[in-house]
Amino acid sequence: MSLTLIFGLYVFFLAAFTGYQVISKVPHLLHTPLMAFTNAISGISLVGSLLAAGGHYGTLSTALGAVAVLAASINVIGGFLITDRMLRMFKKKGGTR
Amino acid sequence: MSAAEPQVAQAVVGALSTAETFVQLLYLAASILFVLGLKDLGDAQTARRGVLLAEIGMVAAVAGTLLFGVDKGIIVRWEWIVVALLIGTGVGTAMGLWIPMTKMPERIALSHAFGGLAVALVGVVEYLNHGGPQMGTLHITATGLEVALGALTFTGSLMAFGKLQGFITGRPVTYPLQNLSNLAMIVGTLGLIGLLVYSPGASWAFYAVATLGVLLGVLLVLPIGGADMPVVICLLNSYAGLAASATGFALDNNVLIICGALDGFSGFLLGMMMSKAMNRSFSNVLFGAFGAVPEGKAVMEGAAPSGPAPNVGSVEEAAEVLRAARSVIVVPGYGMAVSQAQHAVRDLANVLQANGCDVRYAIHPVAGRMPGHMNVLLAEANVPYDHLFDLDVINDDFTATDVALVVGANDVVNPAARSNQSSPIYGMPILSADMAKTCVVLKRSLNAGFAGIENELFVRSNTMMVLGDAKKTLMQFTSALKE
Repeated sequence: MSLTLIFGLYVFFLAAFTGYQVISKVPHLLHTPLMAFTNAISGISLVGSLLAAGGHYGTLSTALGAVAVLAASINVIGGFLITDRMLRMFKKKGGTR
Repeated sequence: MSAAEPQVAQAVVGALSTAETFVQLLYLAASILFVLGLKDLGDAQTARRGVLLAEIGMVAAVAGTLLFGVDKGIIVRWEWIVVALLIGTGVGTAMGLWIPMTKMPERIALSHAFGGLAVALVGVVEYLNHGGPQMGTLHITATGLEVALGALTFTGSLMAFGKLQGFITGRPVTYPLQNLSNLAMIVGTLGLIGLLVYSPGASWAFYAVATLGVLLGVLLVLPIGGADMPVVICLLNSYAGLAASATGFALDNNVLIICGALDGFSGFLLGMMMSKAMNRSFSNVLFGAFGAVPEGKAVMEGAAPSGPAPNVGSVEEAAEVLRAARSVIVVPGYGMAVSQAQHAVRDLANVLQANGCDVRYAIHPVAGRMPGHMNVLLAEANVPYDHLFDLDVINDDFTATDVALVVGANDVVNPAARSNQSSPIYGMPILSADMAKTCVVLKRSLNAGFAGIENELFVRSNTMMVLGDAKKTLMQFTSALKE
């Protein structure tokens, strides 16, 4: 087993455990915003897409990478906007709009 | 980024360059901001701040990647990136601002598809350019898993989207040896990834993995019925996250591993909660759920016609019952979403409250087509969230309540879950609407609901059915009460 893999597994399981702890405290009320939010965060694959689209590998790779950038950026922008839009609607008693 | 530039490995063997250190620190900051953002999302008061933190994290990660890529000469072409980002921003903004809240399950399914597509394509590019005999065991395994999971998430989410939109039947589609053939395909996919470890240059095997992923996405979601949609959406969330994590392993990128893990486990956790709310084991939903809903159909066919007739009331009769009520608990279901009746519910509640009636809302965890769907719809109609109560908090209060107003909910108020051992939903925790003095049920027709299970609540003596479009009926209640 390579050291890289061990490092990656450490990171993965610590993040999974942290996520489990944090997410299990999110009330039912906010589960739909939570899904939109984690969806936006998973748009972090934009990072990998940028490297694929910007590389010097040839037209096919660039085109596939560009589609990946497109898809990931839709998730990032759309996900954050819609999460915030939902959360703005959640109001306590007496709150008016 | 290739195997020739492993960031983590370099961190182990020696010092990083200034640019590398900088981007790694940005990734670290982004990861911390994402976790803090999720923590803030645990409370409606702080949730918007959490979104802001995560947005800052995302900007940091993307800016860092671009700066590092340019500095290292990895990113040399800009025009495609700029065009894709511009279109993505436009489409994302449109989807973020204008999609109606009733369409939220569809939107979430669609964005899982985008997530899966992005990850699968990054995997293909990675293999195209760094594939072949020089790929190490970890690198090829991670890339293979990434492409398989990404492709599966892509087509699976499109299937879920199609079922939610009604392009594809919401009924489970089953055929002989279904589980066995799916299992064979999963084993085949893993086998091909194993083969790639020994022979990374076998590109036919790599593309076979991608193709099997595409097929599996379709075939795994095909047999799942509409009633199980909340769990399916959670599962796809989980797959999208695991695919992103696999990308992180393939690219040696910790921020991807971390985000993928957070996403993966949130989907997993929500899926477990949904399964629990339906009294199904998670493994049953994961692997064996496929047969569960057709069983329900069989029960329905045998039970319906011989029973007592439901008590169908007129709008005026029901309005009189509401006028006399001192306390009302509203039970919203997917029918409310379908007829966009959340605003009409709120208007009626306003009139009732003006009459001195206590109005609360009982939210079943699996009401609707995704976790927390009803909360969002009611929030859209300006219902304060402290009037919304979870099942375990409000359930004992039904006995002391004058009217339970069921708006387009079916299975979540079906008493068969308590008493009928042969019912497919037996044992599922339900809202005790039948315990209220009067139960007023708004429903389009007397047909069985989405899951195809007869509801004996509708024929109880203290139940009054009011047939028709929920929104229209509610508006008629409101004007009758105003007179």
